[in-house]
Amino acid sequence: MRKTAWDPKTVAERGLGLGAVVVALLGPVIFSAYFTSTVLTQTFIFGIAAASLIFLSAYGGMISLAQTALMGIAGYVIGNLVTKGGAGGETKGLVLGWDPTLALVLALVITTAVGLILGAVASRSFGIYFLMLTLTFGVIANYFFGQVTKLGGFSPIAGINQYTPPFVGDILGHPDKLYYIALGTSLVVYVVMRYLVRTPFGLSLQGLRDEPVRLGSLGYNVPLHRTLAFGFAAFVAALAGVLLVWWDGQIAPQNLGLGATIDLLIIAVIGGLGRLEGAWLGAFAFIVINNYVRDIQFPFASEKGVLPWVGGSFNTVIGVVFLVIVLVSPDGLMGIWNRMWDAVRRRGGPSQGVETREPAAEAGT
Amino acid sequence: MKASPDVGTFAGSVAERIRAWGVVGTVPRAIVAGLIVFAALFIVVIANPPDENGVGSWRTTNNGSAIDDPGSFVANLLDAATLAGWLFIVASGFSLIFGLMRVVNMAHGAFYVLGGYVAYEVQQRMTADTPGFIPGELVNTWEWLVPMAVAMICIGALGLVVQQGFLRWNQGQDLRQALITIAIAVIIADQVTAHFPRSGAFQVGGGNLATITWPGWTERRIDLHLAGVNYSLTRLVILALGLAVGVLLWLWLHRTRTGVIIRAGVDDRQMTSALGINIQRTFAIGFVVGSSLAAVGGTVGASQGGVTSGQDGLWLLYSLIVVIVGGMGSLLGAAAGSVLVALVLTFSASYLPSTGNPAGIECCTQYSITFTFVLIALVLAFRPQGLFGKAA
Repeated sequence: MRKTAWDPKTVAERGLGLGAVVVALLGPVIFSAYFTSTVLTQTFIFGIAAASLIFLSAYGGMISLAQTALMGIAGYVIGNLVTKGGAGGETKGLVLGWDPTLALVLALVITTAVGLILGAVASRSFGIYFLMLTLTFGVIANYFFGQVTKLGGFSPIAGINQYTPPFVGDILGHPDKLYYIALGTSLVVYVVMRYLVRTPFGLSLQGLRDEPVRLGSLGYNVPLHRTLAFGFAAFVAALAGVLLVWWDGQIAPQNLGLGATIDLLIIAVIGGLGRLEGAWLGAFAFIVINNYVRDIQFPFASEKGVLPWVGGSFNTVIGVVFLVIVLVSPDGLMGIWNRMWDAVRRRGGPSQGVETREPAAEAGT
Repeated sequence: MKASPDVGTFAGSVAERIRAWGVVGTVPRAIVAGLIVFAALFIVVIANPPDENGVGSWRTTNNGSAIDDPGSFVANLLDAATLAGWLFIVASGFSLIFGLMRVVNMAHGAFYVLGGYVAYEVQQRMTADTPGFIPGELVNTWEWLVPMAVAMICIGALGLVVQQGFLRWNQGQDLRQALITIAIAVIIADQVTAHFPRSGAFQVGGGNLATITWPGWTERRIDLHLAGVNYSLTRLVILALGLAVGVLLWLWLHRTRTGVIIRAGVDDRQMTSALGINIQRTFAIGFVVGSSLAAVGGTVGASQGGVTSGQDGLWLLYSLIVVIVGGMGSLLGAAAGSVLVALVLTFSASYLPSTGNPAGIECCTQYSITFTFVLIALVLAFRPQGLFGKAA
């Protein structure tokens, strides 16, 4: 059985993963400041958020479109608690000026609690119903923060990242600090998720993903398992939300909006909804496109927008890319990677690869 | 189960239920029932209008209670009814598509916005001397109905293209279809922002707000001879339109051959097509009708306050809430969902306390959106498939 862990595909994946981590650890040394502080830091943050979505989808069979809203809730808790009012201070929100460490803890606790409530409401809906329901939660949260002027209202709460806990320190002057925090959180989230799916809880979660009725008949509390999984994903989304307000410095209803929700879904779908690694891969692809393709001047671009003839903004480009990915490879880049290896095997690749495939599938559960 | 001695009486059946639920089942139900009764009591007797100084208590609302101020209550009830008609027009199309094909058409909100803009452009071409706002007296019924019809045809055709080009060959993969329609919604929303409105917009709140003018004869208030309410005729027209859509859909689904096939397709798609019925044609028809209903809703929306490119999310949200509450793919469910959602939206906006601020923006009316979530949570807690949905 030990051999099954070392088939060529796994070796390649582990090698690439390790290489990526090493490169990421040396990131500030290798890359320009813009690339690390903008592209890579954002990749880690949205990777964590997308990982919470992919965790639910890959192991729980739940596509949640509420993750962006949960991120935003964490951001709003921090924004309302830490900012200080008064002369020259922030005017939006509650401006309580509390201790940032306390605010951090409260943001995680409150968001997880909200996630547990939403999870409890949605726990008996499956498949596409679950997606619709969580999308509804997300849009309601967006309108909630847009309307409730006490908690910020329509315009953003700004200047949040001046107030960070002492163990985080000054992230405005030292952006690499946030880079390493985001990287470290990404690694911890990944490892914890990989560990969690091997625990009895994770195994029963995967069981009820495939056979909810059977697991229910065997005495498993299906809604409870799904609620807890959703609560855990809410906690992870809260981590991403906290990192995002530290990175961006502000939180606004648009951070929870339909556009942001769809962006996170696009990240998860580009990466692949079936595998956790896809989260960071998808986030990297999306943010690179977002940062660099935006500036490309297309030939024949009309005055109406970036694209030749049709006009429109960058969203049309993203929409078309998303459409093509969904049509061509619904399981995203990780799906393309998996199919590439399948093709190699079929073409008479390393023969032990074919042999180890069956036991690998068994051991992989 | 042994029948209790007082079976048949109300108290007896309540006692029976409580025994069946046990403590864990009864307490949350009792709390929920108590809260609903309290909300009803609040509206009927507890609510107080603000006093002259603008000082208020937890009882202060923008309107008085239904007993003190029946006029406002009736007006709110009518607001809810007309909003329900409007919601029903949009959500019944969404629900029809979902019920028939299991497709969650995430582009429904984008169809709504695009439909509103198409109708606006047509009305501008038909009526306006200079592009922009058209006064009501220049518009007759004809000049309102034709733009709507054109919008219906355009959006119906767009729906057909989406269904035939992208969804047909992905049948049965409901998640993939939802993702496809999300991508299409993103593209449509962006293209609408880039290209509409084409003839000079009627700029009120900035952005690309476009307003269609109601036919002139509807722009007045009529005396209902009920609690002294003068009510806007345009809103009653919306209600009539909603009822007409409901009746026509019902007749279509229950009294025509196509309708019978559609209902058979909703119940059992494979059996229907095994009987030699061309279910693909039925799907196409269903998608065209469902999409064109979004255009009707968009036309109404553009006439009632205007259409802007941010509204796609709002109307997708409304459609989702209505079908989640009412149950998927059921006409009756869409109607019931529309009424409940409209009641909650209208009454939570009017009867939440507005403590200490006559403008009513301080507290708590701004929390009204939360009540839509409460509605969803309540319905799903007791009926996960929605009020009239079939068990999955």
